[in-house]
Amino acid sequence: MLKYLARRLSATVVVLTLVSMSVFGIFAVLPMDPAALTCGKACYPAVIEANRHRLGLDVPVHVQYGRFVKGLVVGREFGEGAATIKCPAPAFGYSFNRHECVTTLISEAFPVTFSLAIGAFILWISVGVGLGIVAARRKNQWPDRAATAFVLVGTSLPSFISGILILLFVGLKFNLIDPLSMGRWVPPLEDPVAWFRTFIFPWIVLALLYAATYTRFTRSNVIETSSEDYIRTARAKGLSEKIILQKHTLRAALAPIVTMAGLDFAGLLGGAIITEQIFNLPGLGRLSIRAVLQDYDLPTILATTILAATFVVVANLLVDIAYAYLDPRVRVA
Amino acid sequence: MTNKPFLEVKNLNVAFPTEDGLVKASSDISFSVARGETLAVVGESGSGKSVTSLAVMGLHNRKSAQISGQAFLNLESGPVDVISAEDEVVRKLRGKAMSMIFQDPMSALHPYYSIGNQLIEAWSLYNEGSKEDGRKRAIEMLDLVGIPAADKRVDEYPHQFSGGMRQRVMIAMALINNPSLLIADEPTTALDVTVQSQILQLIRDMQKEFNMALILITHDLGVVAEVADRVNVMYAGKIVESGTADDIYYRPDHPYAIGLLNSIPRVDQLEDKRLVAIPGQPPSLIHLPQGCSFRARCEFADRVPGNLCATTTPTLDQKGDGHFSRCHLPESELIKARVEIGGRK
Repeated sequence: MLKYLARRLSATVVVLTLVSMSVFGIFAVLPMDPAALTCGKACYPAVIEANRHRLGLDVPVHVQYGRFVKGLVVGREFGEGAATIKCPAPAFGYSFNRHECVTTLISEAFPVTFSLAIGAFILWISVGVGLGIVAARRKNQWPDRAATAFVLVGTSLPSFISGILILLFVGLKFNLIDPLSMGRWVPPLEDPVAWFRTFIFPWIVLALLYAATYTRFTRSNVIETSSEDYIRTARAKGLSEKIILQKHTLRAALAPIVTMAGLDFAGLLGGAIITEQIFNLPGLGRLSIRAVLQDYDLPTILATTILAATFVVVANLLVDIAYAYLDPRVRVA
Repeated sequence: MTNKPFLEVKNLNVAFPTEDGLVKASSDISFSVARGETLAVVGESGSGKSVTSLAVMGLHNRKSAQISGQAFLNLESGPVDVISAEDEVVRKLRGKAMSMIFQDPMSALHPYYSIGNQLIEAWSLYNEGSKEDGRKRAIEMLDLVGIPAADKRVDEYPHQFSGGMRQRVMIAMALINNPSLLIADEPTTALDVTVQSQILQLIRDMQKEFNMALILITHDLGVVAEVADRVNVMYAGKIVESGTADDIYYRPDHPYAIGLLNSIPRVDQLEDKRLVAIPGQPPSLIHLPQGCSFRARCEFADRVPGNLCATTTPTLDQKGDGHFSRCHLPESELIKARVEIGGRK
């Protein structure tokens, strides 16, 4: 197991290095000049060159990458003298447009995205898996049909439709959302009620989408597992239906859902672009979309991309470990 | 066997409603087994062997299966009809009064739980006592069914066992609560030939050890000859012939039973001849033909006077002491038929 872990961990590091290198390489060949973008209205070639030097863009790409990696480890300084900007480790770079270290931007945006993801996750797992189990147990009866209807609505409504509908016809109509306070980040420990009110509708929108998929997946998994020979064995032993469901059916039926859930959650941590945009939540998704569409803010895009990749790769690792714990057949392999 | 039967099945019918019609998987089944006795049930796939035993175990979904008739377990506390009894009552008989082992040991054990866990689970359903007691009992049972180093292997998982070993585990699990009836549904079909005889021997040993009534469902007529006290031959959901193993082997009465015996390759007749097969297919269980279900495949149907086979369903009639057959063929024609088929081998 330790050997397996070591192998997986080193593979994770390799993947992340490759991802960061690719993103770096892509930016190097892009037909845009980050130094020129940092320049305001009154722009002279001399200013551009000075900025280029300040941002460390006047050296070859591989040197830039080396400095980037070094910055991640020990922090980084941009420029010299009085105008020096210090970004402590892990430094992803400096956003000239926002006049902030990228790490600062991310650390402000991440709690928002995390709040959004964790709440939605809890909601969709409980609704999706719960509904899936009920639908499987009451196959072809009304609870199953109701679940199927829910799945249909959930999967066919894109979040930019459901989000706007919920925002307009529930949140604003019944005064459940204060439009003025929307988009303000409130830490849950400071004001749990405000935090909850900020996130409840985004959670619902996100969860609706995922819960539908999970309902369908859980339903078919539970039905499939129920017809396995070992469930018949469990029944032949004289076990009660409750224990057969809880111990025998669900253990096998839900194991694949752990994989799916881990990866979906990690994907969300990278930022839920549409939902954050609709509800004006200052999370990683909004940070990325602004960096891409408005600011051409390459350091920020680089950072959010690598971060999103990291979440997915780490989640993959965690999911595999969890799976080995759940399924003894994986352990020896 | 003169002692009172443990299981008495009377006029059992099992049918499954489907979109195409009612599938009459087994109809008008009656038989009994006593403790210490072995009843073999033979017949081709779809003849209703498993369906009948699953009905006795109460393992059919009552929503999707229509079951009628009676199946009494003669317990010490008195007879219980498992067909009409409440689900909970039947559940508490499973694993305790009656147990079942299945065809494919590769898929019959839960892949996520250790062997010990699954055995202890079965034990603790009907026994007070700590997990340690259960573990002790599990190791004892594994040892009894011939698992080497049982005290170590008890913590291993099903995928770490071979097919034969898994079937041994299944047997240990089925017997851990000392049942009075064991139903073995083709317990050796999925196993290597060399392992088959070991498992069969084990089942017989266990039957003696626990003095159980044994219902052995099988395709293998060789196995039947070796172990069975009584044999039920099933065809298209009905028992077509029932008797002692000697009755079936030496005095088969039903043309289907005769055909089955005739289709076994024999070591003492090694001439270069093709195996004899029964021509045709079993009828659909949804649209059973009028009259005898076997008529279309029976080569003696035209010898029955009055076209009886096409019009009247034969009843299970007594042909000798404890020997029953469901056939219209007169005794004189039957003797001729046996000779004819015998001569063709």
